[in-house]
Amino acid sequence: MTSDETTAAFGAEHVAGYNFAYLDEQTKRMIRRAILKAIAIPGYQVPFGSREMPLPYGWGTGGIQVTASVIGPDDVLKVIDQGADDTTNAVSIRAFFAKTTGVATTERTAEATLIQTRHRIPETPLREGQVLIYQVPIPEPLRWLEPRESETRKMHALAEYGVMQVSLYEDIARYGRIAKAYNYPVRVHARYITSPSPIPKFDNPKMDRNPAIQLFGAGRERRIYAIPPYTAVESLDFDDYPFTVEQWPESCALCGATDSFLDEIVTNDKGGRMFICSDTDYCAGRRAENGEETAA
Amino acid sequence: MTERPILRVRGLTRLYGRTVACRNVSFDLWPGEVLGVVGESGAGKTTLLKCLSAQVEPTDGTIEYDTRADGLVDVFALSEPARRMLLRTDWGIVHQNPRDGLHMGVSAGGNVGERLMAVGARHYGNIRSEVLDWLDRVEIDTGRIDDRPDTFSGGMQQRVQIARNLISRPRLLFLDEPTGGLDVSVQARLLDLLRQLVASTGVAAIVVTHDLGVVRLLAHRLMVMRGGEVVEHGLTDQVLDDPQHAYSQLLVSSILQV
Amino acid sequence: MYVAVKGGERAIENAHRLLAEERRGDPAVPELTLAQIDQQLAHAVDRVMTEGSLYDRELAALAVKQARGDLIEAIFLLRAYRTTLPRFGASEPVDTGEMVVRRRISATFKDIPGGQVLGPTFDYTHRLLDFTLAAEGAPVAAAEEAEQSVAAMPRVTDILGRDGLFEAETAEDDAPVGDVTRDPLEFPADRDLRLQVLARGDEGFLLALGYSTQRGYGNNHPFAGEIRLGEVDVEFVPEELGFPVELGEVTVTECQMVNQFKGSATMPPQFTRGYGLTFGHCERKAMSMALVDRALRARELGEEAAAPAQDEEFVLAHADNVQATGFVEHLKLPHYVDFQAELVMVRAMRDAAEQDNSRKVAAE
Repeated sequence: MTSDETTAAFGAEHVAGYNFAYLDEQTKRMIRRAILKAIAIPGYQVPFGSREMPLPYGWGTGGIQVTASVIGPDDVLKVIDQGADDTTNAVSIRAFFAKTTGVATTERTAEATLIQTRHRIPETPLREGQVLIYQVPIPEPLRWLEPRESETRKMHALAEYGVMQVSLYEDIARYGRIAKAYNYPVRVHARYITSPSPIPKFDNPKMDRNPAIQLFGAGRERRIYAIPPYTAVESLDFDDYPFTVEQWPESCALCGATDSFLDEIVTNDKGGRMFICSDTDYCAGRRAENGEETAA
Repeated sequence: MTERPILRVRGLTRLYGRTVACRNVSFDLWPGEVLGVVGESGAGKTTLLKCLSAQVEPTDGTIEYDTRADGLVDVFALSEPARRMLLRTDWGIVHQNPRDGLHMGVSAGGNVGERLMAVGARHYGNIRSEVLDWLDRVEIDTGRIDDRPDTFSGGMQQRVQIARNLISRPRLLFLDEPTGGLDVSVQARLLDLLRQLVASTGVAAIVVTHDLGVVRLLAHRLMVMRGGEVVEHGLTDQVLDDPQHAYSQLLVSSILQV
Repeated sequence: MYVAVKGGERAIENAHRLLAEERRGDPAVPELTLAQIDQQLAHAVDRVMTEGSLYDRELAALAVKQARGDLIEAIFLLRAYRTTLPRFGASEPVDTGEMVVRRRISATFKDIPGGQVLGPTFDYTHRLLDFTLAAEGAPVAAAEEAEQSVAAMPRVTDILGRDGLFEAETAEDDAPVGDVTRDPLEFPADRDLRLQVLARGDEGFLLALGYSTQRGYGNNHPFAGEIRLGEVDVEFVPEELGFPVELGEVTVTECQMVNQFKGSATMPPQFTRGYGLTFGHCERKAMSMALVDRALRARELGEEAAAPAQDEEFVLAHADNVQATGFVEHLKLPHYVDFQAELVMVRAMRDAAEQDNSRKVAAE
């Protein structure tokens, strides 16, 4: 079996004694209502009755609850962490859903109907019908500027976003540029300032007018928000200091890509390093296209 | 003067439990006019200012403000969004303690430019040049635009607060002991600057202070408060030179003795 | 060719096996039974039930065993189990006035109707390591059996309440009691929700906060009005019956703190309540909870609220140890991508600064 085949990895039968996808149907309905509300008000954080999950807070309990509420037996699930399918947390969450739903899982972005992610958006463009589910640690983009929930909710309600622009101003005054590398705030549908979860700002442009549904789940903070398909998502900036994404002086050492987010790999203790795609599926796909033999 | 006051206050009362902070205060403030409120500490001045600037809801009475769109409206009948909008555009508050009025972790430039950004300014260069202009007007070395206010002297911090408020061209400014805690020479310079700015911008202002020197310089009119009530109200020079109420007389004479 | 490190399913599987092995420890040492944990590590079981919000001694003992004695991990296990249970409804409020009391003390009155009952307590033990415990099997001298008080003991706060010296507490409205495990918490939170969060909250966190109120950070002049431990009946009204039926009894610890209150425009000076309740015997937790509950009432009572323990959002948002440990420990998860983005940014900024410097040097 090659790793890029779509597989029902952990057996087709889901584990006995638990409901399909772990959560009971009532809870799923409650979460779906929150998701519908979130889609109706793009970028608005909807409070929901987050349940305690068998995985720890911070490991993606929000994303897992959202996935559990929208997944069906015919879905094909992909789970990534840091862009990769084989990082421990991605493996563990994939195994959780394989065990509790028996659905097929895949590593191929193109084949997935649901993609749960932590910290990245896949390089392969998403299409209509796909759902991208983000795991979110701190859903409140204003949290670092105002610690009080009662105040930040008011600020959102009244669109009082001056302090956010001030924080960008401060960056330029101090560093000559906007120095936010990840979790770079966006404005959704010209209304709510929203946290893109800590994806690198490199991925921000992919959120804009994306054909897929983007759902965000924050379990510990009990919030769900969403970006419906083809919704405008603008990264905050100044007219004379426009938003830009990072660039690497090198290309991927494995597939030669120049357009993907690269992870730096330290190869020895003498300063040796190389860069490879953080999106393992994208990298493998490019290598296969180039006719290169990939190690199984 | 126009026919309509910019602020009309009637029967304003605020209680804390059974304690009276201020009782039955009424006055009109006209555009461009500076009203001084004096009295010893505990006289109810600060509570009055907090009510007037919509930070504390009065127990009784009304405060009407002449909005640009709808004329005189009861400030506490406004929706919260409308009230907060007033607070960050049409009104300004200069706090006695600069810590209450400035973000100490944000540069002077960021502090002064915040109101512009809050109403949608998105051109860094333009924001910056307007901030520089205002720093210059409050006599702060423009080379310090990127320094944080906690590296500034008390007098400079007050001037940053003033610039931060005036940049949005407010029509009404609330000043709470603006010179409190500053030494005498710095006080004089700040008062001079304030008088100049009030005159040149035409902003109406309410100054609360225990310092008769401040109101003598700034205020056209004066209210003397004691135990939460206004005991005397008149033109500043009249009240200071010929106080009618026994308490005003005591206040004026005690200052003269110093 | 370089191949990046694979997280891998096998690694996880092996780690789990290793954990199971370590949990068991040396096979020459007899394995702990749940009954042993329940009986001999009873306070651990009590704490796990309380903060796990599930009253089941056996499951709690299992959680303690599975977690290798890590109580927060055990609480987490119990919570994750609890969340899957169907909910039939809420019980009637338990009446601690009808408690079968095993311990009952008051610091406010020397003698009270029903008397002070010391019960099982560490309070007056000398904390000397008891080496006879190290030698297993030493018989314990039976305690003198007190005459079990059959008559219910009135609560001290009820005695005070009769004179109007103690605030009467009645529900603010007819709204059903909230449930923080089902609905997201919104601020400001009502007292029912605050008490729930505190009851589930971390003992150590509440202890520190309660302690801080005694050291000047939001002092509310507390007296331990009464602490009582014992068994209470749990009753439930099935819809089809319409009258309460008894489901069984649970052991609870209740603490009612009596606090000064100077009075306001609408309330005469009187004593006010801070309330703590736990499953099992968790006295430290119940007392801490009562202190923090009272501190959080500052807003309602028109007191100045400047101390951390009086800050509702701060306290309620950080009291849950399962949430806290999850987010702290998630720092172990990879953050390569964000870190990479930072690296690129810092390098670019350093390059810009270097160019700046060399330009300055060239200009000089």
